[in-house]
Amino acid sequence: MEVHGWGRYPRADASVSFPATPRQCRALLACSDNLIARGLGRSYGDSSMAMNMLDTRYLDHFHSFDESTGMLTCAAGVSFDDILRIFVPKGWFLPVTPGTRFVTVGGAIASDVHGKNHHLEGSFCDHVSGLELLLGNGERVETSPTDKPELFHATCGGMGLTGVILSATVCLKPISSSEIVETTIKAPDLDAVLTAFEEDASTTYTVAWIDCLARGRQLGRSLLMLGEHAQSGPLTVQARKPTPVPFDMPAGFLNQATVKTFNALYYGKARQAKQTRRIPFEPYFYPLDALADWNRLYGKPGFVQYQFVLPKGSGSDGLKKILERIAKTGRGSFLAVLKVLGKGNDNHLSFPQEGYTLALDFKVEPATFDLLDELDQRILEYGGRIYLAKDARMSEGTFKTGYPRWQEFEEIRGRWHAIGKFASIQSKRLGLQ
Amino acid sequence: MKRVLIIGATSAIAEATARLWARDGHRLYLVGRNEERLGAIAADLNVRGAGSTHIGQLELNNCEQHETAIDKAIETLNGIDIALIAHGTLGDQKACEIDFNLALKELNTNAISVISLLTHLANRFEVQRHGTIAVISSVAGDRGRQSNYVYGTAKGAVTIFLQGLRQRLYKSGVNVLTVKPGFVDTPMTKDFKKGLLWAKPDAIARSIHDGIRRQRTVIYAPVFWKIVMFFIRIVPERIFRKISL
Repeated sequence: MEVHGWGRYPRADASVSFPATPRQCRALLACSDNLIARGLGRSYGDSSMAMNMLDTRYLDHFHSFDESTGMLTCAAGVSFDDILRIFVPKGWFLPVTPGTRFVTVGGAIASDVHGKNHHLEGSFCDHVSGLELLLGNGERVETSPTDKPELFHATCGGMGLTGVILSATVCLKPISSSEIVETTIKAPDLDAVLTAFEEDASTTYTVAWIDCLARGRQLGRSLLMLGEHAQSGPLTVQARKPTPVPFDMPAGFLNQATVKTFNALYYGKARQAKQTRRIPFEPYFYPLDALADWNRLYGKPGFVQYQFVLPKGSGSDGLKKILERIAKTGRGSFLAVLKVLGKGNDNHLSFPQEGYTLALDFKVEPATFDLLDELDQRILEYGGRIYLAKDARMSEGTFKTGYPRWQEFEEIRGRWHAIGKFASIQSKRLGLQ
Repeated sequence: MKRVLIIGATSAIAEATARLWARDGHRLYLVGRNEERLGAIAADLNVRGAGSTHIGQLELNNCEQHETAIDKAIETLNGIDIALIAHGTLGDQKACEIDFNLALKELNTNAISVISLLTHLANRFEVQRHGTIAVISSVAGDRGRQSNYVYGTAKGAVTIFLQGLRQRLYKSGVNVLTVKPGFVDTPMTKDFKKGLLWAKPDAIARSIHDGIRRQRTVIYAPVFWKIVMFFIRIVPERIFRKISL
């Protein structure tokens, strides 16, 4: 069947299996190579795509939950949405969540996803105390930061290339309310938003929406959204179903004019320089989940999401230059996101490192790829890297320079029987075995 | 807190329905063939909020074991308020046309075993004088079609059996619910190309959960199948025989 990632680019023909038990996973593994596990397919590019795909939708069982510690053990196919529905009413929240709740635990580990609290609480795998992995030779092994640590650190952020994650134990976070106290700060330019990030570094959740089309004195104008879990209030999950985008929009639907209008309206929406309100957690963490299949807004050709990080050392200067370049082309997307990341971790291929990260969408068209190749070069010069979970097009060289521990990663894969068994279209493009 | 017996508990629709009952805090007794999967499902339902979860392993085609299995469930839960029969197989129609043994196997799994289970359940519900028996039949049982009439025969038999049983048990205050799903995207149908008419097990589960709560008698799931099947049923045989469905 035809498969694609969330960006709907690229597309490929694949054989997809839906095992319901670890035993069936093992049977599938025995008779296939070039295999990659796939959760809800929310990685944007080709990282969950391969000739043979193991869809984890039926591996969606909770195993156990300890109400005294918040330790949750569940199968890899359990979604964040499922976790929130069951545990928010009981006073627990995800320790780290990306901008969509439609990801699986397995996918979140494979991409070592980060969220708005990265500067204080790290990425998702920093809250995973152990996992069970199905190796390429059919063996099932448990691994944790203290048990076979090299395998654990290669698997966390390892894009599914070390084996099939079967289950994991995650430490949930206690909350006293499902509401978020959100403060929006209007920042007229890049320096203002970066200063605001610094000043509010002790706030649990910080993220900025940035207008990538603004130029000149307005370059980098942003809305910084600070969030804290409310100290009291209801513990509820909204029942409202997302509004569907029923068909592919014409490819030209999102163009410079519509995006510019949207951005102006969005920026203008915040009337005061600083305002605070209480909102349910869903619109704070998952604004785009309100629209099912929002990826169809980019039309049939699809889009690529580009997320990079620049180390803090390279300063706001690098970021400014890159923003200028993007603004000049007029190709910037709506809802570009800027975030200050905290320190990275020990995982070989995890994306986050201390610095600034910017994520934005580009419609798929030839000029996009030239622009991104050019941006890759600049980002590497500043010592940055591109996020694998978003990537659909970076070159082998860009990857290997940005992720200098790739060789170590390959050695571990070799030792744990992954080479020759697990591969995605992305891993082949990036020159991994 | 209700006491629920689910037979064929590893089927996708049954599992999705069990999750809704777990959320309600009900006590669940799961019957199925694969003990490994039953165990995983039971643990899952406990985390999701089930009052308690028990499992019973049973080879459903072995009708001699049905009575003991049901009595064990009744004993464990101390009575049953809701029974859901959800097991089934979608055999290969073409193979059944060639080999009667395959057809017989399909009929045994999808009709005979269900009728056996219903016989034992009905007698016990009739005595306790309350509760709901829900069975997953299929739109395929509404009219025979060349593409799956063996499966359709079995489901049709179940539908008719339930019609009679519903009348009989009405006097005892027991409701009998016939569930007729259309195309459902489950492991049973993994080889089919999915289109607009296909539904997720979650949607069927919500219909069943709701249908039992509201004491419905026959439900199509999703509900648009009621209209589709109305038209499929009224086409005269003279014309129907020429259609490739």
